[in-house]
Amino acid sequence: MSSDRSTATGPLLTIDGLRVRLGGATVLDAVDAAADRGRFVGVVGPNGAGKTTLLRTIAGAITPETGHIAVDGERIHGLSSKATSRLVASVPQDTTVAFEFDVRTVVEMGRNPHRSRFGGWTEADAAAVEGALDRTNTREFAARGITTLSGGERQRVLLARALAQDAPLLLLDEPTGSLDINHQVRTLGLVRELVSEGRTALAAIHDLDLAARYCDELVLLSEGRVVATGSPAAVLTESTIQDAFDATVVVSENPVTGTVSVTARADAETPTGSRFGAAAPPQAGRGSDDSGP
Amino acid sequence: MWSTGLAGVLAVVLVVSAGVGPVSIPPATVLKVLLSADPIPLAFEPPRTSRIIVLDVRLPRIVLAAFVGVALATAGAVMQGFFRNPMADPSIIGVSSGAAVGAVATIVFPFAFPFGLELQGAAFLAAILTAFGVYLIATQGGHTPTATLLLAGVAVQTFLGAVISLLLLHSGQSLRRVVYWLMGHLGGTTWDEVRVIAVALPPLFFVLLFYARDLNVLLLGEEEAHGLGVEVERTKRILLAVSSVATAAAVAVTGVIGFVGLIVPHGMRLLVGPDHRILLPTSALAGASFLVATDTLARSGPAEIPVGIVTAALGAPFFLYLLRSREVTEL
Repeated sequence: MSSDRSTATGPLLTIDGLRVRLGGATVLDAVDAAADRGRFVGVVGPNGAGKTTLLRTIAGAITPETGHIAVDGERIHGLSSKATSRLVASVPQDTTVAFEFDVRTVVEMGRNPHRSRFGGWTEADAAAVEGALDRTNTREFAARGITTLSGGERQRVLLARALAQDAPLLLLDEPTGSLDINHQVRTLGLVRELVSEGRTALAAIHDLDLAARYCDELVLLSEGRVVATGSPAAVLTESTIQDAFDATVVVSENPVTGTVSVTARADAETPTGSRFGAAAPPQAGRGSDDSGP
Repeated sequence: MWSTGLAGVLAVVLVVSAGVGPVSIPPATVLKVLLSADPIPLAFEPPRTSRIIVLDVRLPRIVLAAFVGVALATAGAVMQGFFRNPMADPSIIGVSSGAAVGAVATIVFPFAFPFGLELQGAAFLAAILTAFGVYLIATQGGHTPTATLLLAGVAVQTFLGAVISLLLLHSGQSLRRVVYWLMGHLGGTTWDEVRVIAVALPPLFFVLLFYARDLNVLLLGEEEAHGLGVEVERTKRILLAVSSVATAAAVAVTGVIGFVGLIVPHGMRLLVGPDHRILLPTSALAGASFLVATDTLARSGPAEIPVGIVTAALGAPFFLYLLRSREVTEL
């Protein structure tokens, strides 16, 4: 992996007054955010809050109505696909690949931004691909067809492709959505490693506990607006979560990791109960520190 | 290497095909004729009649079949990848229907085209106009969604089908000629026709080959392709334009030969996989072999039949066999 990062100062990613409309509906509005170099920023929020739209807009796939996004000082929406893809690498949420490419070919596609139409395969290309296969533990199935892999394995292959792309900003949409607990921890651990080497990662993460555990900062989105930003402990408070998710939660400290843990309470715990009442285990009293860390 | 093997197959098919016909000529003699056609004088002189039959009668037709096979199979492979749809064929955006309208109109209402080649010229122009029209209909604000393009192509094809039916009603005496053209044929080929397509096709083929890597990335979806540095809309325009021109050039000369552009890329994808860097050359070679072989069958019966009938009659059962024997749920 090259470390040929720009020496420009300031945050790697800045988002300024972003407003995105899709099919007539305003999906993101007045979104301001920034990510410093070498930081892992998590985007959290309820379903439909605009997390995926935000990532797609940063990747240049959606053109915002107003506002702009700059990566490494360059405005994304004025750049060619090639220039954008050298700055931003994405791991999509839907990892389905409908074609019987072998894994190595898929990872090699990550080098597309760095190759000219008539140019050959260079040593730098080969090194990036081999490195990406090793770091994601995908070398063992490099020769297999991607359609034969499980969802979790495919996820790692697409992460390998994004690594081969060698861009300073890594976008991950629900990187742990289809992974078992072992691979959740390994994948996010790998992202942390990459971040400690100087990359910047922005990930939409559903699981608030994982987000709190691995991210340096969180951006809480709700109905297309930024509700809170800052450290996980500052963002994940009972009142902000209650407002954003419309759910009653208890915020506690995870006894193992020492990070914030969020537990949703079922409606059953209201005195009258609900139709799910019988199935929901009682949760009151769990956690020792109801006010959060 | 698949390409080498298929090149060998094509060479054998060409030589055998040149020997098949009312006068049967052994492959060895065919080879001698082909070698003696070289400007360098050789020690042996093949029989004069064999020479004329092979070089002047059969070879133009065989070479044209090979080129048309290359054009249709390559364009078909590109279109199937482009639309990410296994049922796509070279004419999916209306090239063949357009060519048919141009050709049939020329047959029914003869008029003088300035440069000779009236029928082919009209067919080619109408094909290009149709493809461009479909593209314009499906394009909005610089974006051409493939689903819209596909549906626009289907609708325009249906409309042009109605136009062709109407022309057929008025064709009177020329009905037979119209039907013959619509079925696709390679009869009566001259070296002039071969020359036109032999000059036009190779550059188009190489342009498509240079875009093979982008086509692979496009298979992942347009958004991912954009994220991997492919200029999606520009690449789509180039792929559509080049494969449509190649298809138009082929159908203008030979009429509508179905199934080659659908079956051959499909079969090759099952053999060599979806990587267009391999798929395009192998489809081209297999398409050439397939069309030369089927045209040999078409002309070797007691009465010559249009090759389009043979490709469909052989292609459809083969296609059904592939559907049943392999999992063709996805491309």
